[in-house]
Amino acid sequence: MYEFDYHKAKNVKDAVAIAKKRDEAKYLAGGMSLVPPMKLRLSKPGNLIDLNEVGELAGIKVDGKTVAIGAMTRHEVVAESKDVKKAIAALAKLAGGVGDPQVRHRGTIGGSLANSDPAACYPTAVLGLGATIETDQRKIAADDFFTGLFETALKEGELITKVVFPVPDKACYIKFPNPASRFSIVGVFVSKKGNDVRCAVTGAGPCVFRVKGIEDALKKDFSPKAIENYKHPTAGLNADIHGSAEYRAHLITVLAKRAVAGAE
Amino acid sequence: MATHKVSMKVNGKTVSGEVESRTLLVHFLRETLRLTGTHIGCDTSQCGACTVHMNGESVKSCSLFAVQCEGQDIKTIEGVATGDQLHPMQQAFKDNHGLQCGYCTPGMIMTALDMVRRIPNPTEQEIRKNLEGNMCRCTGYHNIVKSIAAGAKAMAGAR
Repeated sequence: MYEFDYHKAKNVKDAVAIAKKRDEAKYLAGGMSLVPPMKLRLSKPGNLIDLNEVGELAGIKVDGKTVAIGAMTRHEVVAESKDVKKAIAALAKLAGGVGDPQVRHRGTIGGSLANSDPAACYPTAVLGLGATIETDQRKIAADDFFTGLFETALKEGELITKVVFPVPDKACYIKFPNPASRFSIVGVFVSKKGNDVRCAVTGAGPCVFRVKGIEDALKKDFSPKAIENYKHPTAGLNADIHGSAEYRAHLITVLAKRAVAGAE
Repeated sequence: MATHKVSMKVNGKTVSGEVESRTLLVHFLRETLRLTGTHIGCDTSQCGACTVHMNGESVKSCSLFAVQCEGQDIKTIEGVATGDQLHPMQQAFKDNHGLQCGYCTPGMIMTALDMVRRIPNPTEQEIRKNLEGNMCRCTGYHNIVKSIAAGAKAMAGAR
Protein backbone atom coordinates (compact mmCIF):
# COMPACT_ATOMS: atom_id res chain seq x y z
CA MET A 1 0.00 0.00 0.00
CA TYR A 2 1.19 3.51 -0.75
CA GLU A 3 1.81 5.76 2.22
CA PHE A 4 -0.78 8.29 3.33
CA ASP A 5 -1.43 10.58 6.29
CA TYR A 6 -4.18 9.61 8.71
CA HIS A 7 -6.45 12.13 10.43
CA LYS A 8 -9.16 11.36 12.96
CA ALA A 9 -12.10 13.77 12.61
CA LYS A 10 -13.92 14.86 15.77
CA ASN A 11 -17.03 16.20 14.09
CA VAL A 12 -18.39 17.17 10.65
CA LYS A 13 -16.89 20.67 10.78
CA ASP A 14 -13.50 19.29 11.68
CA ALA A 15 -13.65 16.63 8.91
CA VAL A 16 -14.54 19.18 6.24
CA ALA A 17 -11.83 21.59 7.48
CA ILE A 18 -9.15 18.87 7.26
CA ALA A 19 -10.31 17.92 3.75
CA LYS A 20 -9.96 21.56 2.63
CA LYS A 21 -6.38 21.78 3.90
CA ARG A 22 -5.05 18.49 2.51
CA ASP A 23 -4.27 17.26 -0.98
CA GLU A 24 -5.78 14.08 -2.36
CA ALA A 25 -7.91 13.68 0.73
CA LYS A 26 -10.59 11.04 1.08
CA TYR A 27 -13.06 10.42 3.86
CA LEU A 28 -12.73 7.01 5.50
CA ALA A 29 -16.15 5.63 6.49
CA GLY A 30 -16.41 1.85 6.93
CA GLY A 31 -13.52 1.37 4.52
CA MET A 32 -15.02 -1.78 3.01
CA SER A 33 -14.73 -0.40 -0.54
CA LEU A 34 -11.95 2.11 0.06
CA VAL A 35 -9.29 -0.05 1.73
CA PRO A 36 -9.24 -3.12 -0.61
CA PRO A 37 -8.19 -1.13 -3.73
CA MET A 38 -5.61 0.75 -1.64
CA LYS A 39 -4.09 -2.62 -0.70
CA LEU A 40 -3.81 -3.45 -4.40
CA ARG A 41 -2.30 -0.02 -5.15
CA LEU A 42 -5.25 0.75 -7.41
CA SER A 43 -6.08 3.76 -5.28
CA LYS A 44 -3.67 6.25 -3.76
CA PRO A 45 -5.22 8.86 -1.47
CA GLY A 46 -2.63 11.13 0.13
CA ASN A 47 -4.75 11.73 3.20
CA LEU A 48 -7.48 9.74 4.91
CA ILE A 49 -9.95 11.50 7.19
CA ASP A 50 -11.46 8.93 9.54
CA LEU A 51 -15.16 9.54 10.28
CA ASN A 52 -15.61 6.57 12.59
CA GLU A 53 -15.67 8.65 15.75
CA VAL A 54 -17.99 11.34 14.42
CA GLY A 55 -21.04 10.42 16.51
CA GLU A 56 -23.32 13.01 14.93
CA LEU A 57 -23.12 11.14 11.60
CA ALA A 58 -24.57 7.87 12.94
CA GLY A 59 -28.13 7.01 13.86
CA ILE A 60 -31.64 6.44 12.55
CA LYS A 61 -34.68 8.69 12.95
CA VAL A 62 -38.10 7.49 11.81
CA ASP A 63 -41.26 9.57 11.78
CA GLY A 64 -44.55 8.82 10.02
CA LYS A 65 -43.38 10.01 6.64
CA THR A 66 -39.61 9.57 6.47
CA VAL A 67 -36.71 7.40 7.54
CA ALA A 68 -33.52 9.43 8.06
CA ILE A 69 -30.30 7.46 8.25
CA GLY A 70 -27.01 9.06 9.30
CA ALA A 71 -24.17 8.62 6.82
CA MET A 72 -22.04 6.58 9.23
CA THR A 73 -24.82 4.15 10.16
CA ARG A 74 -23.56 0.61 9.57
CA HIS A 75 -25.45 -1.86 7.37
CA GLU A 76 -26.00 -4.21 10.33
CA VAL A 77 -27.67 -1.43 12.34
CA VAL A 78 -30.07 -0.61 9.49
CA ALA A 79 -30.78 -4.32 8.89
CA GLU A 80 -31.61 -4.92 12.56
CA SER A 81 -33.49 -1.67 13.25
CA LYS A 82 -37.08 -2.39 14.36
CA ASP A 83 -38.11 1.11 13.26
CA VAL A 84 -36.69 0.67 9.75
CA LYS A 85 -38.21 -2.81 9.43
CA LYS A 86 -41.61 -1.37 10.33
CA ALA A 87 -41.41 1.71 8.10
CA ILE A 88 -39.55 0.37 5.03
CA ALA A 89 -39.02 -3.38 5.38
CA ALA A 90 -37.36 -3.53 1.95
CA LEU A 91 -34.63 -1.13 3.10
CA ALA A 92 -33.77 -3.21 6.18
CA LYS A 93 -33.73 -6.36 4.05
CA LEU A 94 -31.46 -4.72 1.48
CA ALA A 95 -29.00 -3.66 4.20
CA GLY A 96 -29.00 -7.21 5.58
CA GLY A 97 -27.94 -8.56 2.20
CA VAL A 98 -24.93 -6.32 1.55
CA GLY A 99 -21.62 -8.21 1.43
CA ASP A 100 -21.21 -10.55 4.39
CA PRO A 101 -21.56 -10.20 8.19
CA GLN A 102 -18.05 -8.78 8.65
CA VAL A 103 -18.66 -6.17 5.94
CA ARG A 104 -22.06 -5.27 7.42
CA HIS A 105 -20.45 -4.61 10.82
CA ARG A 106 -18.25 -1.89 9.29
CA GLY A 107 -19.77 -0.72 6.00
CA THR A 108 -21.92 2.43 6.01
CA ILE A 109 -24.68 3.89 3.85
CA GLY A 110 -22.76 7.12 3.25
CA GLY A 111 -19.66 5.25 2.14
CA SER A 112 -21.62 3.06 -0.23
CA LEU A 113 -23.36 6.03 -1.87
CA ALA A 114 -20.22 8.17 -2.18
CA ASN A 115 -18.46 5.24 -3.83
CA SER A 116 -21.29 4.52 -6.31
CA ASP A 117 -20.10 1.05 -7.23
CA PRO A 118 -21.94 -0.10 -10.37
CA ALA A 119 -23.18 -3.22 -8.54
CA ALA A 120 -23.83 -1.79 -5.06
CA CYS A 121 -27.21 -2.38 -3.38
CA TYR A 122 -27.86 0.89 -1.50
CA PRO A 123 -28.05 3.13 -4.58
CA THR A 124 -31.16 1.22 -5.73
CA ALA A 125 -33.00 2.05 -2.51
CA VAL A 126 -31.97 5.71 -2.73
CA LEU A 127 -33.08 6.03 -6.36
CA GLY A 128 -35.95 3.56 -6.09
CA LEU A 129 -37.52 5.43 -3.17
CA GLY A 130 -36.64 8.92 -4.35
CA ALA A 131 -34.54 9.71 -1.27
CA THR A 132 -32.70 12.95 -0.57
CA ILE A 133 -28.99 12.96 0.16
CA GLU A 134 -27.95 15.65 2.61
CA THR A 135 -24.37 16.89 2.70
CA ASP A 136 -22.49 19.49 4.75
CA GLN A 137 -23.46 21.99 2.02
CA ARG A 138 -26.82 21.09 0.45
CA LYS A 139 -29.56 18.58 -0.26
CA ILE A 140 -29.28 16.47 -3.42
CA ALA A 141 -32.21 14.58 -4.94
CA ALA A 142 -31.47 10.93 -5.72
CA ASP A 143 -32.24 11.58 -9.40
CA ASP A 144 -29.35 14.06 -9.55
CA PHE A 145 -26.86 12.17 -7.40
CA PHE A 146 -25.55 9.20 -9.39
CA THR A 147 -23.72 10.45 -12.46
CA GLY A 148 -21.62 7.52 -13.71
CA LEU A 149 -19.21 4.70 -12.96
CA PHE A 150 -17.92 5.47 -9.43
CA GLU A 151 -19.06 9.06 -10.07
CA THR A 152 -21.54 11.16 -8.10
CA ALA A 153 -22.66 14.79 -7.89
CA LEU A 154 -20.49 15.25 -4.77
CA LYS A 155 -17.90 18.00 -5.11
CA GLU A 156 -14.32 17.78 -3.86
CA GLY A 157 -14.42 17.59 -0.06
CA GLU A 158 -18.22 17.49 0.15
CA LEU A 159 -19.40 15.15 2.90
CA ILE A 160 -22.66 13.17 3.01
CA THR A 161 -24.27 13.66 6.42
CA LYS A 162 -27.52 11.72 6.07
CA VAL A 163 -30.03 10.18 3.70
CA VAL A 164 -33.75 10.85 4.05
CA PHE A 165 -36.09 8.23 2.57
CA PRO A 166 -39.80 8.90 2.07
CA VAL A 167 -41.88 5.98 3.38
CA PRO A 168 -43.60 4.24 0.43
CA ASP A 169 -46.88 2.32 0.40
CA LYS A 170 -44.89 -0.75 -0.52
CA ALA A 171 -41.46 -1.65 -1.82
CA CYS A 172 -39.20 -4.61 -2.51
CA TYR A 173 -35.59 -5.24 -3.51
CA ILE A 174 -34.56 -8.41 -5.32
CA LYS A 175 -30.90 -9.12 -5.88
CA PHE A 176 -29.42 -11.75 -8.17
CA PRO A 177 -25.99 -12.05 -6.54
CA ASN A 178 -22.79 -13.27 -8.03
CA PRO A 179 -22.20 -16.35 -5.87
CA ALA A 180 -18.53 -15.48 -5.31
CA SER A 181 -18.53 -11.74 -4.66
CA ARG A 182 -22.14 -11.34 -3.45
CA PHE A 183 -22.37 -8.19 -5.54
CA SER A 184 -25.46 -7.98 -7.73
CA ILE A 185 -25.20 -9.26 -11.27
CA VAL A 186 -28.48 -7.38 -11.41
CA GLY A 187 -30.58 -6.01 -8.55
CA VAL A 188 -33.97 -4.31 -8.88
CA PHE A 189 -35.74 -2.07 -6.38
CA VAL A 190 -39.43 -1.29 -6.95
CA SER A 191 -41.56 1.05 -4.85
CA LYS A 192 -45.12 2.37 -4.99
CA LYS A 193 -46.38 5.51 -3.27
CA GLY A 194 -49.84 6.67 -4.22
CA ASN A 195 -49.93 6.72 -8.02
CA ASP A 196 -46.17 7.00 -8.32
CA VAL A 197 -43.97 3.99 -9.05
CA ARG A 198 -40.19 3.93 -9.13
CA CYS A 199 -37.97 1.14 -10.43
CA ALA A 200 -34.18 1.34 -9.94
CA VAL A 201 -31.63 -1.13 -11.29
CA THR A 202 -28.07 -1.88 -10.15
CA GLY A 203 -25.40 -4.16 -11.62
CA ALA A 204 -26.59 -3.67 -15.19
CA GLY A 205 -25.10 -0.28 -16.12
CA PRO A 206 -22.22 2.06 -15.20
CA CYS A 207 -24.27 3.15 -12.17
CA VAL A 208 -27.78 2.73 -10.83
CA PHE A 209 -30.58 3.85 -13.20
CA ARG A 210 -34.38 4.04 -13.42
CA VAL A 211 -36.43 2.08 -15.94
CA LYS A 212 -39.20 4.28 -17.31
CA GLY A 213 -40.82 1.50 -19.35
CA ILE A 214 -41.38 -0.60 -16.23
CA GLU A 215 -42.46 2.39 -14.13
CA ASP A 216 -45.08 3.50 -16.70
CA ALA A 217 -46.54 0.00 -17.03
CA LEU A 218 -46.69 -0.44 -13.24
CA LYS A 219 -48.38 2.94 -12.75
CA LYS A 220 -51.30 1.60 -14.81
CA ASP A 221 -51.34 -1.81 -13.19
CA PHE A 222 -49.04 -2.70 -10.27
CA SER A 223 -48.76 -6.40 -11.04
CA PRO A 224 -46.04 -8.73 -12.39
CA LYS A 225 -48.22 -9.41 -15.41
CA ALA A 226 -48.15 -5.73 -16.41
CA ILE A 227 -44.41 -5.91 -17.17
CA GLU A 228 -44.00 -9.49 -18.38
CA ASN A 229 -43.52 -8.38 -21.99
CA TYR A 230 -41.12 -5.55 -21.16
CA LYS A 231 -37.80 -5.96 -23.01
CA HIS A 232 -34.98 -3.72 -21.83
CA PRO A 233 -32.62 -2.48 -24.57
CA THR A 234 -29.17 -4.06 -24.33
CA ALA A 235 -27.27 -0.97 -25.49
CA GLY A 236 -24.97 0.36 -22.77
CA LEU A 237 -25.54 -2.56 -20.38
CA ASN A 238 -22.62 -4.24 -18.63
CA ALA A 239 -21.24 -7.45 -20.08
CA ASP A 240 -18.58 -9.63 -18.44
CA ILE A 241 -17.75 -13.27 -17.78
CA HIS A 242 -20.65 -13.42 -15.32
CA GLY A 243 -23.32 -12.36 -17.78
CA SER A 244 -23.83 -10.82 -21.23
CA ALA A 245 -25.77 -7.60 -21.81
CA GLU A 246 -28.67 -9.75 -23.12
CA TYR A 247 -28.64 -11.83 -19.93
CA ARG A 248 -28.68 -8.72 -17.75
CA ALA A 249 -31.47 -7.14 -19.84
CA HIS A 250 -33.52 -10.31 -19.33
CA LEU A 251 -32.82 -10.28 -15.59
CA ILE A 252 -34.14 -6.72 -15.26
CA THR A 253 -37.64 -7.85 -16.25
CA VAL A 254 -37.50 -11.11 -14.29
CA LEU A 255 -36.33 -9.43 -11.09
CA ALA A 256 -38.71 -6.48 -11.47
CA LYS A 257 -41.60 -8.97 -11.69
CA ARG A 258 -40.40 -10.71 -8.53
CA ALA A 259 -39.99 -7.36 -6.78
CA VAL A 260 -43.56 -6.35 -7.66
CA ALA A 261 -44.85 -9.72 -6.45
CA GLY A 262 -42.85 -9.39 -3.21
CA ALA A 263 -43.60 -5.72 -2.50
CA GLU A 264 -44.97 -5.10 1.00
CA MET B 1 6.13 9.60 7.05
CA ALA B 2 4.67 10.14 10.48
CA THR B 3 4.02 7.18 12.71
CA HIS B 4 1.31 6.90 15.31
CA LYS B 5 1.41 5.55 18.84
CA VAL B 6 -1.51 3.20 19.22
CA SER B 7 -2.88 1.47 22.26
CA MET B 8 -5.72 -1.04 22.35
CA LYS B 9 -7.00 -4.01 24.30
CA VAL B 10 -6.17 -7.37 22.71
CA ASN B 11 -7.54 -10.52 24.36
CA GLY B 12 -8.09 -8.61 27.58
CA LYS B 13 -4.60 -7.09 27.81
CA THR B 14 -3.70 -3.52 27.00
CA VAL B 15 -1.04 -3.42 24.31
CA SER B 16 0.62 -0.57 22.48
CA GLY B 17 2.96 -0.01 19.60
CA GLU B 18 4.16 2.41 16.98
CA VAL B 19 2.51 2.02 13.56
CA GLU B 20 2.46 3.70 10.19
CA SER B 21 -0.89 5.05 8.98
CA ARG B 22 -1.03 2.23 6.45
CA THR B 23 -0.35 -0.61 8.92
CA LEU B 24 -3.34 -2.93 8.80
CA LEU B 25 -4.70 -4.36 12.04
CA VAL B 26 -3.80 -7.88 10.86
CA HIS B 27 -0.16 -6.87 10.39
CA PHE B 28 -0.07 -5.23 13.82
CA LEU B 29 -1.49 -8.42 15.38
CA ARG B 30 0.81 -10.79 13.52
CA GLU B 31 4.06 -8.86 13.25
CA THR B 32 4.13 -6.54 16.25
CA LEU B 33 2.23 -8.67 18.77
CA ARG B 34 3.30 -12.02 17.19
CA LEU B 35 -0.28 -13.26 17.43
CA THR B 36 -0.02 -15.36 14.28
CA GLY B 37 -3.28 -17.28 14.74
CA THR B 38 -5.04 -14.60 12.69
CA HIS B 39 -4.31 -15.50 9.07
CA ILE B 40 -4.05 -13.64 5.77
CA GLY B 41 -5.59 -15.73 3.01
CA CYS B 42 -6.09 -13.23 0.19
CA ASP B 43 -5.24 -9.74 -1.05
CA THR B 44 -8.79 -8.76 -1.86
CA SER B 45 -10.61 -8.70 1.53
CA GLN B 46 -12.81 -11.63 0.49
CA CYS B 47 -11.59 -14.70 2.36
CA GLY B 48 -12.31 -13.96 6.03
CA ALA B 49 -9.24 -15.85 7.34
CA CYS B 50 -8.27 -12.64 9.19
CA THR B 51 -11.61 -12.32 11.04
CA VAL B 52 -11.28 -11.02 14.61
CA HIS B 53 -13.77 -9.37 16.97
CA MET B 54 -13.77 -5.63 17.53
CA ASN B 55 -15.92 -4.58 20.48
CA GLY B 56 -17.66 -7.96 20.20
CA GLU B 57 -18.44 -7.88 16.46
CA SER B 58 -16.72 -9.84 13.69
CA VAL B 59 -14.55 -7.70 11.39
CA LYS B 60 -11.89 -8.36 8.78
CA SER B 61 -8.60 -7.25 10.33
CA CYS B 62 -7.14 -6.89 6.81
CA SER B 63 -9.49 -4.01 6.04
CA LEU B 64 -8.97 -1.89 9.13
CA PHE B 65 -5.95 0.23 9.93
CA ALA B 66 -4.28 -0.43 13.27
CA VAL B 67 -4.40 3.31 14.03
CA GLN B 68 -8.21 3.14 13.82
CA CYS B 69 -8.27 0.63 16.67
CA GLU B 70 -6.99 3.08 19.29
CA GLY B 71 -8.86 2.34 22.52
CA GLN B 72 -10.85 -0.51 20.98
CA ASP B 73 -11.37 -4.01 22.37
CA ILE B 74 -9.99 -6.69 20.02
CA LYS B 75 -10.31 -10.44 20.40
CA THR B 76 -8.33 -12.93 18.31
CA ILE B 77 -8.37 -16.73 18.14
CA GLU B 78 -5.65 -16.76 20.83
CA GLY B 79 -8.15 -15.25 23.27
CA VAL B 80 -10.87 -17.86 22.76
CA ALA B 81 -9.69 -20.85 24.85
CA THR B 82 -9.37 -20.79 28.64
CA GLY B 83 -5.83 -21.99 29.33
CA ASP B 84 -5.59 -25.51 27.91
CA GLN B 85 -9.35 -25.87 27.87
CA LEU B 86 -10.70 -25.40 24.35
CA HIS B 87 -13.76 -23.23 23.90
CA PRO B 88 -16.87 -25.36 23.10
CA MET B 89 -16.79 -24.01 19.52
CA GLN B 90 -13.13 -25.03 19.10
CA GLN B 91 -13.91 -28.44 20.58
CA ALA B 92 -16.82 -28.81 18.14
CA PHE B 93 -14.50 -28.14 15.19
CA LYS B 94 -12.11 -30.78 16.54
CA ASP B 95 -14.86 -33.34 17.19
CA ASN B 96 -16.55 -32.86 13.81
CA HIS B 97 -13.37 -32.62 11.75
CA GLY B 98 -14.38 -29.08 10.79
CA LEU B 99 -11.16 -28.46 8.92
CA GLN B 100 -8.98 -29.94 6.26
CA CYS B 101 -5.77 -27.91 5.92
CA GLY B 102 -6.83 -25.65 8.80
CA TYR B 103 -5.77 -22.36 7.29
CA CYS B 104 -9.26 -20.83 7.33
CA THR B 105 -10.14 -22.27 10.77
CA PRO B 106 -9.28 -19.27 13.02
CA GLY B 107 -11.46 -17.00 10.84
CA MET B 108 -14.21 -19.62 10.71
CA ILE B 109 -14.27 -19.90 14.51
CA MET B 110 -14.31 -16.13 15.07
CA THR B 111 -17.16 -15.85 12.57
CA ALA B 112 -18.97 -18.78 14.22
CA LEU B 113 -18.76 -17.12 17.65
CA ASP B 114 -20.14 -13.85 16.25
CA MET B 115 -22.91 -15.83 14.53
CA VAL B 116 -23.97 -17.53 17.77
CA ARG B 117 -23.95 -14.15 19.53
CA ARG B 118 -26.53 -12.91 17.00
CA ILE B 119 -28.39 -16.19 16.39
CA PRO B 120 -28.02 -18.46 19.44
CA ASN B 121 -29.44 -21.56 17.73
CA PRO B 122 -28.79 -21.19 14.00
CA THR B 123 -30.36 -23.49 11.40
CA GLU B 124 -28.17 -25.07 8.73
CA GLN B 125 -29.40 -22.46 6.26
CA GLU B 126 -28.59 -19.61 8.66
CA ILE B 127 -25.12 -21.02 9.26
CA ARG B 128 -24.42 -21.23 5.52
CA LYS B 129 -25.74 -17.70 4.95
CA ASN B 130 -23.63 -16.29 7.78
CA LEU B 131 -20.50 -17.95 6.41
CA GLU B 132 -20.65 -15.82 3.26
CA GLY B 133 -17.62 -13.83 4.40
CA ASN B 134 -15.38 -16.86 4.97
CA MET B 135 -13.83 -19.11 2.37
CA CYS B 136 -12.46 -22.61 2.76
CA ARG B 137 -10.25 -23.34 -0.24
CA CYS B 138 -10.33 -27.07 0.62
CA THR B 139 -14.13 -26.73 0.16
CA GLY B 140 -14.64 -28.41 3.53
CA TYR B 141 -17.84 -26.51 4.23
CA HIS B 142 -19.97 -29.53 5.11
CA ASN B 143 -18.10 -30.34 8.30
CA ILE B 144 -17.60 -26.66 9.14
CA VAL B 145 -21.38 -26.22 9.09
CA LYS B 146 -21.79 -29.34 11.24
CA SER B 147 -19.15 -28.05 13.67
CA ILE B 148 -20.84 -24.69 14.08
CA ALA B 149 -24.22 -26.34 14.72
CA ALA B 150 -22.63 -28.58 17.36
CA GLY B 151 -20.66 -25.68 18.86
CA ALA B 152 -23.79 -23.53 19.13
CA LYS B 153 -25.58 -26.39 20.88
CA ALA B 154 -22.69 -26.93 23.30
CA MET B 155 -22.56 -23.20 24.05
CA ALA B 156 -26.31 -23.18 24.77
CA GLY B 157 -25.81 -26.14 27.10
CA ALA B 158 -22.99 -24.35 28.90
CA ARG B 159 -25.12 -21.25 29.56
